[in-house]
Amino acid sequence: MVVRKIAKYAVLIAIALFFLTPVCVMLITSFKPLDEVSLSEMWSLPSAIDFSSYTHAFSELAPNLMNSLYLVIPATLLSAILGAMNGYVLSKWRFKGSEVVFTMILFGMFIPYQSILIPLIQFLNSINLYNSIIGLIFTHVVYGLPITTLMFRNFYANIPDSMIEAAQVDGASFLGIFRQIILPLSITGFVVVAIWQFTNIWNEFLFAVTITNNNAQPVMVALQNLSGSQIVQWNVQMAGALLAAMPTLLVYILLGKYFVRGLLAGSVKG
Amino acid sequence: MKITRDRLMALLFLAPSFLLIVIFVYGFIGWTGWVSLSNWNTLVPDMSFAGLKNYIYLFGDYRFQADLRNTVFFTILFIGFVIILGLGLAILLDQTKKGNSLFRNIFLFPMALSFVVTGVVWQWLLNPSTGFNQFLQVFGIQPKWYTDTNILAGFQWGSIEFGLPVAMIAVVIAAVWQMTGFSLAMYVAGLTGIPDELREAARIDGASELQIYRKVILPMLTPITMSVVIIMAHISLKIFDLIYAMTGSGANFVTDVPGVYMFETTFRGNYYANGAAIAIIMLLLVAVFIVPYLINSRRGAS
Repeated sequence: MVVRKIAKYAVLIAIALFFLTPVCVMLITSFKPLDEVSLSEMWSLPSAIDFSSYTHAFSELAPNLMNSLYLVIPATLLSAILGAMNGYVLSKWRFKGSEVVFTMILFGMFIPYQSILIPLIQFLNSINLYNSIIGLIFTHVVYGLPITTLMFRNFYANIPDSMIEAAQVDGASFLGIFRQIILPLSITGFVVVAIWQFTNIWNEFLFAVTITNNNAQPVMVALQNLSGSQIVQWNVQMAGALLAAMPTLLVYILLGKYFVRGLLAGSVKG
Repeated sequence: MKITRDRLMALLFLAPSFLLIVIFVYGFIGWTGWVSLSNWNTLVPDMSFAGLKNYIYLFGDYRFQADLRNTVFFTILFIGFVIILGLGLAILLDQTKKGNSLFRNIFLFPMALSFVVTGVVWQWLLNPSTGFNQFLQVFGIQPKWYTDTNILAGFQWGSIEFGLPVAMIAVVIAAVWQMTGFSLAMYVAGLTGIPDELREAARIDGASELQIYRKVILPMLTPITMSVVIIMAHISLKIFDLIYAMTGSGANFVTDVPGVYMFETTFRGNYYANGAAIAIIMLLLVAVFIVPYLINSRRGAS
């Protein structure tokens, strides 16, 4: 029994080490001074902690980190609010055909975005939002609607219908119920949805790389450019990758429980 | 009277989002489909009708044939490993109670990272002249990882050699590292949902631990496996950023996928109609998995 238990932990620890290896390599490499960065010394620890790769990476990525921040905050808020409105209607005010509407909205979550990219760019171009953060915000709000609607709909499904009915008997209207009953109960829902959208929009690449160039680029595009460039040393690339990953990693470390709930909600049934 | 006003408000709440989805999802897919039937393969739009010319070109194209082959093998390996590893880890965590949340957090954190970050890091870890190869050197093996141009068990089919592209294994490793957390979380949720009484009852009936898993627990997890397969399949059919950041299309297109081809041919080469045709093929492949899944799960829910 004890032997089996030890064996189980050994397997778990081995796989956990495998999962942590990339982060360790990122950390080790990013703290190395330039003269210790060579392909043959990838696994050796730095002789002294050196922040120069971080200052270099930060100077390259800082404007793009700001772009990502300007993108992710409004896009997250707007898509969460719209999702809450849709979820309220689709769970508590169902009508004939509302299931069809919901399924139609859901399908938008699964499409390869390549299949809407050419018209989207033509459209953004025609309203002068191509290569702008506002254009990217708009894009993320629209294509974030399916997942935020799904999450709020499943979240509101757990609020008993009898509460709504009681409020109606008391004379509360559609908007009154939303404001006084639904929204106060939605805080967890907003946290889960906001974390999910924050992570997804921050990490997104396809829209970012096609809709923006140079000064409006979010951080993931800048990171990809940094790693594609031949003249940038890979300690700087690793420091850059860590900087770009830091916000979502911090959110995960601090609020991981809610992140996992979002993850599970993404599988349609919730 | 009041009820009808509320009903109207409900429709007004939903209308903006629904309208956006109708235009930007369905309308735009229709427009992409129209572009894919046009002659727009230059910088200047040319919407004259070309019939299926772009599709016929793609299916005869060496690069696109390689993309389809790579997608098939990537999808199979990726889904297989994500499920085996996720299920295995979930069962292990189910049996060892101590330190569970720490392990779960370690297996799940790559889910919070961008595919671009994953690509940048694994590009170095699986670089043939550094990374893991420095350990493998001790055993005298030096895999060429994503730079390998060999096709395993290959045979000539169309203009390509059909078989497992060895370079794809490197991409699979990175993708599995990132996405295993998803299946693990799904299986952990499924296992916690199985009431303890059920296991107790099986134990009283004299079933061994292994039998309980095989006869009682695994069958109950089948719907979860179905969900994981569908979600992973659609991710793998759409995959773009990981490969674009990690390897690019590779020599002889050994790591190329439709997502990368679409991006490069459309936005770097200005072959808009060809790019649109690739996008429509990708959409159809995804729809084959997703539409039955959506209809099925909606029916079960209501």
